[in-house]
Amino acid sequence: MRSLKIICPNGHLGFAPIRTESFRIGVAARPDYIAADSGSDDVGPVPLGSDVSTSPLAWQTHDLEQMLLASRSLGVPMIIGSAGDTGSNSRVDLFVSIIKDLAARHGLPAFKLGYFYSDVSKDDLRSRMLNGEIVEGLDGRPPLTGAELDATERIVAMADVHPFVDLLRRGADVIIGGRSSDSAVFAAPAIYHEFPAEQAYYLGKVLECASFCAEPYGGKETVLGEVSADDVRVTAMSPAQRCTVASVAGHAMYERSNPYYEHVASGTLDMSQCQYEQVDARTTRITGARFQPWDFRVKLEGAGKTGERYVGMVGIRDPYTIVHIDDVIGWARAQARERFGDTGYELHYTVYGRNGVMGELEPLKRHPAHEVCVLVQAVAPSAEMAEELCMIGTRQMFYARLPEVKGSAGSVAFALDEVLRASPAYRWTLNHTLRCDDPLELFPTHMTVAGVK
Amino acid sequence: MKTQKLSEIAKTVRSKNAGVDKITFDIIFSDRSSYERVKRARVLTRETVASLYGIPDSRISDFVEFDPANAIKFTIYRPQPSGSAGDPDIFGSQQYAPLLDIEVPEGA
Repeated sequence: MRSLKIICPNGHLGFAPIRTESFRIGVAARPDYIAADSGSDDVGPVPLGSDVSTSPLAWQTHDLEQMLLASRSLGVPMIIGSAGDTGSNSRVDLFVSIIKDLAARHGLPAFKLGYFYSDVSKDDLRSRMLNGEIVEGLDGRPPLTGAELDATERIVAMADVHPFVDLLRRGADVIIGGRSSDSAVFAAPAIYHEFPAEQAYYLGKVLECASFCAEPYGGKETVLGEVSADDVRVTAMSPAQRCTVASVAGHAMYERSNPYYEHVASGTLDMSQCQYEQVDARTTRITGARFQPWDFRVKLEGAGKTGERYVGMVGIRDPYTIVHIDDVIGWARAQARERFGDTGYELHYTVYGRNGVMGELEPLKRHPAHEVCVLVQAVAPSAEMAEELCMIGTRQMFYARLPEVKGSAGSVAFALDEVLRASPAYRWTLNHTLRCDDPLELFPTHMTVAGVK
Repeated sequence: MKTQKLSEIAKTVRSKNAGVDKITFDIIFSDRSSYERVKRARVLTRETVASLYGIPDSRISDFVEFDPANAIKFTIYRPQPSGSAGDPDIFGSQQYAPLLDIEVPEGA
């Protein structure tokens, strides 16, 4: 095989539906694989912690149906990574059952459905730590402690190419992956077909966000990547888009702290010597990628629950009150302290119209607008306490006593005189790495059959 | 001295999470000369960015002038991990706005 073609229709399958026109053009180009990543830690720690998807079932099913039908009619494998946003075991099971249902509904001839899991049990990790293994922190975090592990609800490990390659070797026609590095979803088939690691991982890097490597900007459009022993070529499938030197090089920067390096469990993709060349109106060719292998360290993501959550909202128009908004918040906090003490809960105030979006980073925080909205978030061990805390934190702003305010009938305006239950609050407890002897040890693989026997 | 705002010169100015503990900023120019002009003017550097966002230099993890894309890119540590209660920008996607008004000298 001199080259391998993969199409990617969606950079985050399920988060917004595939645009089907460019997908059909991509399928007509007769790719060797159809692949997409379905996960992201961008959605925050709540989905992983509470083990739900942020994407609606209808959109997940829509995208999987488009890809499955195309894959079966072309007779080429389909690969999904990080099933259901988080890639946790329950999300893998969900996608496996969607694929089985779709196969039955469309009467597809029997095919091999491979899948793997990524959940890491707290007990497993604890015993590794007790045996002296250091779970190293990323991005300035200290090594994982027993207390942080205790505070964690759920952990997933980030797979490299290995479980995908294992399932391809065993003849899988469709693969549903647990949590995986975005680039591994596409690098895996290239490595399975013995293309060099540097080309394989670059292919993965450029395809993982689908049309984000094309211009003009347009999400959820299909792109086609072609890998050979010496280069990668990427082509926009939407007639309205092009993959240009600027758009492809620009995408190398997207969502990563440094544009030159991409880390996976088995090593680092070095893009610092990449050369970009426009080969036709919609295609850019990339050469010069390098891959530096290292000792296998798997990234772990973990979310821990901080409590049940309620939210409240108030508006303020009085200019004197706006200038003294911190005193109003201070008053409400003091009432909460009187009722619940100093600790054991969280009360957050976000002041839109002053620095609601940027917080401490806002350069204009001393120049508030003529009206502001304050979002109140109360987090507490029980829903009852969170509700009462939020009610105090919100309603007491109405009663705040400012020395020189003219209006004395209420310091804030309510659009809703109530507080609303929100999803429980979680935080990222793990952004760490773990050494593993065997690249498959955290990722058990399974094979089943779907379709009509 | 006559100046132009960065928003009039750059093609793309954006921010986005880079993992759960960082936010990364990309300023991309459509041609080499605009990119070189902003680099020469020294208005977009570690120092100017730290001062604009009111953060110490240690909060900046990376600052790169990325020639292949005619782009300047920097990354900062978040005040708290993305999506904790109280984080107002889970995706980190609206933190770039102050960059738009950076004044770039016309003759730089």
